[in-house]
Amino acid sequence: MTKAILINYEYCTGCHSCEVACKKELDLPKGEFGIKVEEVGPFQFTTRPGLEGTWEWTYMPVITQACDLCADRTAEGKMPMCVQHCQAWCMYYGEAEDLVKKMDGKTRWSLITVKE
Amino acid sequence: MDYQEFLDSIDRKAYHEGEWRWQEGDLTVTRTNHWSPPGCHNGCGVLLSVDKDGKLVHIEGDPLAPFNGGKLCMRCLDMVEAVNHPDRLKYPLKRAGERGENKWERITWDEAYDIIVEKVNWIKETHGSHTIIFDHGTGRNIGWQLPLFASTALETPNVCNFGFTGFACYLPRMIGASAKMGEMTIIDVSETHEMRYAADTFRRPDVIMVWGNEPLKANADGFLGHWIVECMQMGSKIISIDPRLTWLGSRAEYFLQVRPGTDAALGIAMLNTIINEDLVDHDFIDKWGYGYEQLVESVQGKDADWAAEICGLDADDIRGAARLYATAESASIQWGLAFEQQLSALGVTAAACDLMGVTGNIDNPGGNLLIKCAFDIEKRYGLGDFKIPREEYAGKMTLSAGIESSDIVACAATDPLLHAVETGDPFQPQMLWIESANPLACSGMDAPRMYEAMNKIPFIVVADPFMTPTAVAHADIVLPVAMSCERNAVRTWWTPARSISKCTSYYEAKSDEQIILDLGKRLKPENWPWKDDKELSTWYLCDQYAEGGTRYEGDFEELQARGGYKYDPWDAEYYKYEKGMCRPDGQPGFDTATGRFEFWSWGYNHWGVDPMPYHIEPKDSPVSTPEKFKEYPFIATSGGRSCEFFHSEHRQLETMREFHPYPLVTIHPEAAAEYGIEDGDWVWIESTHGRCRQKAFLFPGIKKDTIHMEHAWWYPEEEAAEPSLFGVFDSNINNMTLNFETGQGGIGSGIKSFLARIYKYEPGDQMPGEKVTREGGWGDYIVGVMAGDAESAAQAAEGNAKLMKQLEDAKRVQAMKVEDADMQGRNALIYAKEHGEAAE
Ligand code: SF4
Ligand code: SF4
Repeated sequence: MTKAILINYEYCTGCHSCEVACKKELDLPKGEFGIKVEEVGPFQFTTRPGLEGTWEWTYMPVITQACDLCADRTAEGKMPMCVQHCQAWCMYYGEAEDLVKKMDGKTRWSLITVKE
Repeated sequence: MDYQEFLDSIDRKAYHEGEWRWQEGDLTVTRTNHWSPPGCHNGCGVLLSVDKDGKLVHIEGDPLAPFNGGKLCMRCLDMVEAVNHPDRLKYPLKRAGERGENKWERITWDEAYDIIVEKVNWIKETHGSHTIIFDHGTGRNIGWQLPLFASTALETPNVCNFGFTGFACYLPRMIGASAKMGEMTIIDVSETHEMRYAADTFRRPDVIMVWGNEPLKANADGFLGHWIVECMQMGSKIISIDPRLTWLGSRAEYFLQVRPGTDAALGIAMLNTIINEDLVDHDFIDKWGYGYEQLVESVQGKDADWAAEICGLDADDIRGAARLYATAESASIQWGLAFEQQLSALGVTAAACDLMGVTGNIDNPGGNLLIKCAFDIEKRYGLGDFKIPREEYAGKMTLSAGIESSDIVACAATDPLLHAVETGDPFQPQMLWIESANPLACSGMDAPRMYEAMNKIPFIVVADPFMTPTAVAHADIVLPVAMSCERNAVRTWWTPARSISKCTSYYEAKSDEQIILDLGKRLKPENWPWKDDKELSTWYLCDQYAEGGTRYEGDFEELQARGGYKYDPWDAEYYKYEKGMCRPDGQPGFDTATGRFEFWSWGYNHWGVDPMPYHIEPKDSPVSTPEKFKEYPFIATSGGRSCEFFHSEHRQLETMREFHPYPLVTIHPEAAAEYGIEDGDWVWIESTHGRCRQKAFLFPGIKKDTIHMEHAWWYPEEEAAEPSLFGVFDSNINNMTLNFETGQGGIGSGIKSFLARIYKYEPGDQMPGEKVTREGGWGDYIVGVMAGDAESAAQAAEGNAKLMKQLEDAKRVQAMKVEDADMQGRNALIYAKEHGEAAE
């Protein structure tokens, strides 16, 4: 039984809500994060067949050692702060083996777990 | 994204089971909404936790609130920091030194009220109440409260966004849509349904055209931008029209990177494609349209090739986007502020409405909805203005006879008020009340000019949660305003009707509602019968002087107990015009003069504005002023939003500044390289009117000849007193924007498109604050000239080469304005008369 966060990162807009929600929950000072959104792009592909001229602009939330998947909140039946506030509705929390079933190849998913 | 699955997954015991206030250990939790201050156009459902000392200690979104589904943007998530911020104003203040010295004396509320009441009554007796200017901004909890106060306590008709020329925020889109289809319109992403995406009748749009705004960051006009992302996950496709690549643009079927200020030409060309390729909805046009033939005629010759050249686009992309929009089963246009911050404001509005009309995407699931504020609560702006004594109402300053006489614009026009302050013509304004506004930092176009002008006004009151640059520079009295969680309030911006519940308080700060109630009772007790903020809110929900009142049944406490929201079934209904729900007589049709969707608009015609979509070239552009373009080789646009800030707010908050420490000017990497500019360099942006300093942000998603600047920056961490004024002029794009330049009908302004050059800042360069407050600014305007006082302007300019140049420029712009009106409005009117459509 491993808890995890599933991210449909095709739709992550880089809105920073997860970062701030987490910072406030963990009371982290300036410069420290429990979850941090990394950015790739924007750039346009030039040579990759089928993608010429297409814009690449991807955000990916990265989870740090500070994350305990909001253990206190989830014990009460609440969602982790990042998942609850994700504006793009692209984060899910649950059992890794259930979440993995959502990974259908129709969009870009990533599944993240933490050390217990 | 499956909304029903999401709802089913929520542990209601863990969150709530419909209560509005409960106890969790030592904490009192309140289920309510936020909208301001700090400001916001929305009103997301929040759960606020207050400890036993009355301190706000935690905020989270309410997953069961249909509006936001528990999601919050970073501004609400940082609410605890905002509410408990040490810089907040705690007590009323009276100026102790000179204006601009930032010296204050703490006074009591009673003292503040006594000073204000004495001044206002003296002004009323000696100069007339119309000599009071009332300035308020946007978004905060003030849309109906402050006009009510201005009208029925101060009794002034001169309520406006002072310095904000051309009503250049939303009003043009609202009046344009009302003229053409009888209601306002917003896109359907299920927001009118309490069951949201799971509502039976809802179907997500096939195509959403996002035009002239970045909704994910802006969250403007009562619309939560990320709703679009939810629809994209259900299959909606995007067309993005924007000078900058946005996240939505990067995922769009078509990204039309339009030259700023030319959107109307693009709209006309899309109409041309759709009409000439017969992709229109004949059924809708035949049954419900009026004046379609004139539209067909007016777009001839203005095809995609014509627009491609004007807009800097590929003609095939214009055609492709038009076809995608027109052939979708349902398609919608998410329009934004760029519409009115160009001179063709009403022209591009007409074009967008016509796109909806010719394709029949009106009030259909996933199209553009006909919308009212819930339960008809908010009927029109300017609540209570009928109570202003008529002789004072006659002192309302206006610009355009046509638009004014229709009384559709309840607020006064700022330009004649600025003219009055500068010249005493036709009267000398005696007092300025500024609430929820920070004109030096944000809304005042030509900020250095506004600074000079405001110093001529004898008595100025500022009400705000923080000491602002405008307050330091000009205020005689400063009143501390309470934040969202410290007030009882109601608002409707579309649907649902919403309330805010007071959870705590901060020193002596008072809510806008409490301030207007206290002063209203002192100034004009017969107009202020309400015992408290709750009673006032109930009156707003249910009564408002109206025969028959509103359609709201209940009161403040009842709305509060629902958790602060109630959906209006009227807004959730589709095809209302077929069902007789729009017209006062209950007949099917639209609430317009003809009862139809007006492609040729009687409203526009009545206002003296071209009733057909029109394009006006920006006054300074590669096309209008090619010589100037050689010296100022960038098209400068501005005002794109950031996640961190609401206009000039949030700059005090460490968390927001961690993510966004400085104002950024977006430059294409190749253009920057030409000027030796690297990412993060401080850069001057300069036009013929002034300059400001921002940090270079190199970004490939902007064209090489375009730059984009951020608006509303000031630095609460810097010196408050002059010449710094919290650095308000140093990064201020309004050192370069202009008052008095408007589009047809006095509507729209050209501030999103002018010419500028860039160069690196060097240590020791003079900062604009010094220039403006110590040296009188750049000497770039002539008092009186734009209001037609050419003679004295010529005298003033005599022998001064720079002013002569400005005078020539002003004359040229005036001439173009007349020419535009001749070319477009009158020709269309002649056409209409010849075809028997317009009354002689
Ligand atoms: S809250 Fe969601 S959309 Fe926003 S940055 Fe985080 S993962 Fe991305
Ligand atoms: S849009 Fe953002 S600031 Fe506005 S109410 Fe929602 S979460 Fe708060």
